[in-house]
Amino acid sequence: MTEFSLSCPAPFGEGETVKLAHGGGGRAMARLLETLIRPGFGDAALALQHDGAVFDIDGPVAFTTDSYVVKPLFFPGGDIGTLAINGTVNDLLMCGARPLYLSVGFILEEGLPLATLARVVASMRDAALAAGVKLATGDTKVVDRGKADGLFVNTAGIGHVIAPEPIAPDQVRAGDTVILSGDIGRHGVAVMAAREGFGFESAIASDCAPLTGPVLEMLEAGIAPHCLRDLTRGGLASATVEIAEAAGVAVALDEAAIPVSEAVASACEVLGFDPLHVANEGRFVAFVAPEDAEKTLQILRSHPVSANAALIGEVRAAPAGQVSCRGRLGVARVVDMLSGEQLPRIC
Amino acid sequence: MKFRDEYRDPEAASRLAAAIARTVTRDWTLMEICGGQTHAILRYGIDELLPARVSLIHGPGCPVCVTPVEYIDKAIAIALTPGAVLCSFGDMLRVPGSREDLFAAKAKGGDVRIVYSPLDALAIARTEPARQVVFFAVGFETTAPANAMAAFRAKQEGLKNFSMLVSHVLVPPAMEALLAAPGNRVQGFLAAGHVCTIMGTREYEPIAVHHRVPIVVTGFEPLDILEGVYLCVKQLEEGRAEVENQYSRSVRAEGNVAAQRIMREVFEITPRRWRGIGDIAASGFGLSEAYRDFDAERRFGAVAHDGMENNECIAGLVLRGEKKPPECPAFGTRCTPEHPLGVTMVSSEGACAAYHRYRGARG
Repeated sequence: MTEFSLSCPAPFGEGETVKLAHGGGGRAMARLLETLIRPGFGDAALALQHDGAVFDIDGPVAFTTDSYVVKPLFFPGGDIGTLAINGTVNDLLMCGARPLYLSVGFILEEGLPLATLARVVASMRDAALAAGVKLATGDTKVVDRGKADGLFVNTAGIGHVIAPEPIAPDQVRAGDTVILSGDIGRHGVAVMAAREGFGFESAIASDCAPLTGPVLEMLEAGIAPHCLRDLTRGGLASATVEIAEAAGVAVALDEAAIPVSEAVASACEVLGFDPLHVANEGRFVAFVAPEDAEKTLQILRSHPVSANAALIGEVRAAPAGQVSCRGRLGVARVVDMLSGEQLPRIC
Repeated sequence: MKFRDEYRDPEAASRLAAAIARTVTRDWTLMEICGGQTHAILRYGIDELLPARVSLIHGPGCPVCVTPVEYIDKAIAIALTPGAVLCSFGDMLRVPGSREDLFAAKAKGGDVRIVYSPLDALAIARTEPARQVVFFAVGFETTAPANAMAAFRAKQEGLKNFSMLVSHVLVPPAMEALLAAPGNRVQGFLAAGHVCTIMGTREYEPIAVHHRVPIVVTGFEPLDILEGVYLCVKQLEEGRAEVENQYSRSVRAEGNVAAQRIMREVFEITPRRWRGIGDIAASGFGLSEAYRDFDAERRFGAVAHDGMENNECIAGLVLRGEKKPPECPAFGTRCTPEHPLGVTMVSSEGACAAYHRYRGARG
């Protein structure tokens, strides 16, 4: 995370906060856009002052949207701004698309310090530049104090599909190899630690990152993954169960092969969480034909964001819809989605 | 991680499983007390490594599960009282009361806050003096010292807006009640290592002698549990009934004396109702006379509650070790983690939840 600094003399006063008028469509709103948001996005934004963006795209297009409501807004390894860019960029990549343009919608709570907004805007600029996308259009609304948790962000994105074959859960077939791009659970533990003040915050940073490098290289190298899925809320467990159910196949994972950092494993022990259920923001699984496995691993391991990629399991014909995980003692257990919220246990 | 991996080593596990198989000549039924042990057994498939003659049944050691339904109702009523804050450990929030759970109370506007320690609730009381802050103090001997410390500090600081809704339970009286019940199947216990870390092992000796039952204080890692099973069946095969300490890296015979002192200062032994099991004499803690001012039941007066249970749920039989979760006709069909009929399907330490999580809807 880069430190935010204004490139021109401070356009707003120290301690200034978001007012209802900033969303009113009048002078205050124009000033917020002109002095904070547009300069904040800088090179990452298309220089447009119109109701929408217009551009040409050849061929198939992927289109996705996501809203971000994380609390706290800032956490080790990222903030709501980096999440909002990387999350949508990663969703496009999972469709086999090269991410091109994003829209940004802010919902600001009255009373939010403008300095906080400026910090988020700067993070979004940096994340967009790092992911190679342009912020094409945007919107800002202000709601009454108490009606939002500081700020909410929605991003939508479009990308140019470059995968030669369809990438979807129903393309997954028995015999496929399951490859995980790195160690799991960092984001969930980092956010929970930052939110609750457990005292092990410094040890764990979110994995929040764009997956652009490894995914585009895979696709450009001619690998035709049957399915790609980024691991977000619900973790590796939810992602694999969803795919197994949609594809009508079984997924057999090997627990010993799934990378989990020592810090995350220890935090999960203390809180009673299964790392398979903990959220990630910079990891994905790839279901590939076995003959593509080695090359996929090689490509993934050559990028820092996926340097710890590992082969973690395989797809079987039956039982349909079931994910199992072979434990350290050799006995397989069923892996299911998390039910409800993740709640720390009593003892 | 080295420390944990040592206790999950597959080769050591097969050596222990082989030693158990060599030792056993008859059928034995053992009960692990603690829900944490139950989850480890299911997660690692320890029961599948044991010979068919050794059967593990699951005990009542899930603090969330045995908290009586009327206390959930009381907590909900307090949460819905204007000006009150109900602080609870997270896994109590999904536990069904007579009509609803604490999540539902929160959705209705009740001020329910998840805390990780009773001292967090105390901190809320300090920073929000205009609100009555209540900590839902449940659990076994493991959570009692920290909860006692919260009341102790509140008294020292003269905090007028902090109180505790106490439903604390104790392991040894429950073991005695299970052993005395008609149709008891338990021939040996794996006692809960964390409880014994606090309380020591001496209070288990009269139970072992009187009921002629081996009690092995056992840890929570796969190798701990396998070794606990081995020591327990060895005693049974040799006709011994002693208290043995498998978890000696944490448990000393006298326990944690400082923790016991603060518990004695703040709590007194009272009769308690156990959800699914019933009333057991001298089986829990309540606040002692000197701490009555911090008793939420006194501060909020008689709180209306129904104390109604779902008729179809067999959580009581599960908590007493009389049935295993998959034997329940509702398991995985009418009762799932999303739509639980009873608390053993909800709690992170509940036996039904463990079977559903690690064995799937068919158990």
